[in-house]
Amino acid sequence: MDQFLQQLINGISWGAIYALIALGYTMVYGVIRLINFAHGDLYMLGAMAGYYSARFLMDSGGSAAFPLVLLFSMVVCGLIGFLIEKLAYKPLRAAPPVAALITAIGVSLFLEYGGQLLFGADPKFFPTLIESIPLFETGRFSMTNIQAVILITSIILMLILRFIVLKTKMGLAMRAVSFSHTAASLMGIPVNRIISFTFIIGSSLAGAAGVLVGLSNPKVEPLMGIMPGIKAFVAAVLGGIGSIPGALVGAMILGILETMVTAYLSSTYRDALAFIILILILIFKPTGILGKRSQEKV
Amino acid sequence: MKRLLFWVGIILLLGGVNQASLLWINPYVIQVLGLAAIHIILAASLNLVMGFTGQFSLGHAGFMAIGAYTSAAITVYGAPLFPSGFLFDQILFVIALFVGGIVSAFFGYLIGLPSLRLKGDYLAIVTLGFGEVIRVIILNMDFVGGARGFSGIPERTNLFWILLFMVFTLRFLWKSIYSVKGLSFRAVRDDEIAAESLGVSSTKVKVTAFVWGAFFAGLGGGLFAHLITYLNPSSFTFLKSVEIVAMVVLGGLGSFSGSVLAAVLLSVLPEFLRIVSDFRMVIYSLLIILIMIIKPMGLMGYKEISFKFRKK
Repeated sequence: MDQFLQQLINGISWGAIYALIALGYTMVYGVIRLINFAHGDLYMLGAMAGYYSARFLMDSGGSAAFPLVLLFSMVVCGLIGFLIEKLAYKPLRAAPPVAALITAIGVSLFLEYGGQLLFGADPKFFPTLIESIPLFETGRFSMTNIQAVILITSIILMLILRFIVLKTKMGLAMRAVSFSHTAASLMGIPVNRIISFTFIIGSSLAGAAGVLVGLSNPKVEPLMGIMPGIKAFVAAVLGGIGSIPGALVGAMILGILETMVTAYLSSTYRDALAFIILILILIFKPTGILGKRSQEKV
Repeated sequence: MKRLLFWVGIILLLGGVNQASLLWINPYVIQVLGLAAIHIILAASLNLVMGFTGQFSLGHAGFMAIGAYTSAAITVYGAPLFPSGFLFDQILFVIALFVGGIVSAFFGYLIGLPSLRLKGDYLAIVTLGFGEVIRVIILNMDFVGGARGFSGIPERTNLFWILLFMVFTLRFLWKSIYSVKGLSFRAVRDDEIAAESLGVSSTKVKVTAFVWGAFFAGLGGGLFAHLITYLNPSSFTFLKSVEIVAMVVLGGLGSFSGSVLAAVLLSVLPEFLRIVSDFRMVIYSLLIILIMIIKPMGLMGYKEISFKFRKK
């Protein structure tokens, strides 16, 4: 039982990181119907930005405050996300969807190998921003303050996101654009600006996920984004792509299942089981858990 | 009769090409050419699924892996049961290739079934998941080496076999797509509902496309296994599938000649880029982005380069 609870906590904190990445996937998919394969690499860039800013802050004598590092890498990732959309995806808005998808894959490869050139291929060790102390311990079951920080930070970010999407004019415009580009632009919504804004928000969430992962798994390297990227995409599809609560639910399920499989079966089956469950869910409920079923019209 | 003559001609020609290549071309170039031809087989078979039937698949490396491992297991474990000698080796090799293709086709059938319910991105993620599942299963199979990789595969593939199977694949796919029956594939791609209303069974068409696509991917995998003589699950990741998808889309969805062009381009280009070793993959990825922005329909679009021997 203790072990189960322990794994549940580990799973939830992984799920929170998946959720931050999955939210970006789902938001971008919502507004331009594109699987942004480069999203996982933005998470890598977030971890890198966090690494360099923390090192810089430490070298210049000051203490590297966690909120400052987080904010810096969110801004950097938002900016890169904005540039990616402007340079690579915008020219393809009218092209067939597969062309945009291949471009996304190209961008992803570019970020990975560009990252290897720029940062070097060897893993770097994320500086300790927060000393790990167990918050409470009962028997073999404990929760560290890092897990708490991950969970709280992601909850705060998701609440902010929820506020932006549901309560602000920008959010209203985003929802309109995701409904229909043409109708939205007829209502005077600057569609391109909204798409840029969505990319900035989605990318900065991935950046935050990168820093959070740096806290618990200090090894950062240029190819670290590939697997979590795909997994977060799986999570987004699991929950119903295009749906923000869906991304959260899917990410939590995936995070918990993965840690459970690693704990009770074998870590080599971890990746496979996530996909098997995904395939089963999609066969029985193709729109995902919270996805809306769209009517097909002739 | 004409058909027989065609194949005899092709076999003689390729035999000649093979002998000539052994004499005048260095082994490295032969290997690059062989890989390019294998990529042509893979890209053309994926184009049947993606370009002509409109079913997005990101799991082609999985089919390739099934074919590669099955055929390699047959030539490695089947060799003692079979009389040795040049001729028998070749026969065993061809049998292994076809068995690999058939096993892969069976999995193509399995993965084709969900395609009846899923569309677009959802199908993409299911096929991606399938490819990963296959890889993890192979990783845990000890008799084919597991994570250490499968070594000691006899070297049976040469330019002759690769080119022969390449011609076979292209001719088969071309003949089936550009025929009356082949129209139903393109009909399903263009509008499934309209095709259904005209009496095309979209179920049958989609599953057929997946089965044949997987069969030829399996063949390609078998050729790959006996060319490199070493297999490792890490060569069949999602990135391999993406590479094949990139070839199909760059060449043009729904154009076999486009797939051929792009497969050659994307296999040979990285070799030339070795001069700028560090920047190789960066330039490669930038080129993919640029070609897509400049020509979103791929290099060929729906068009084919018409061959002289095919009179319209």
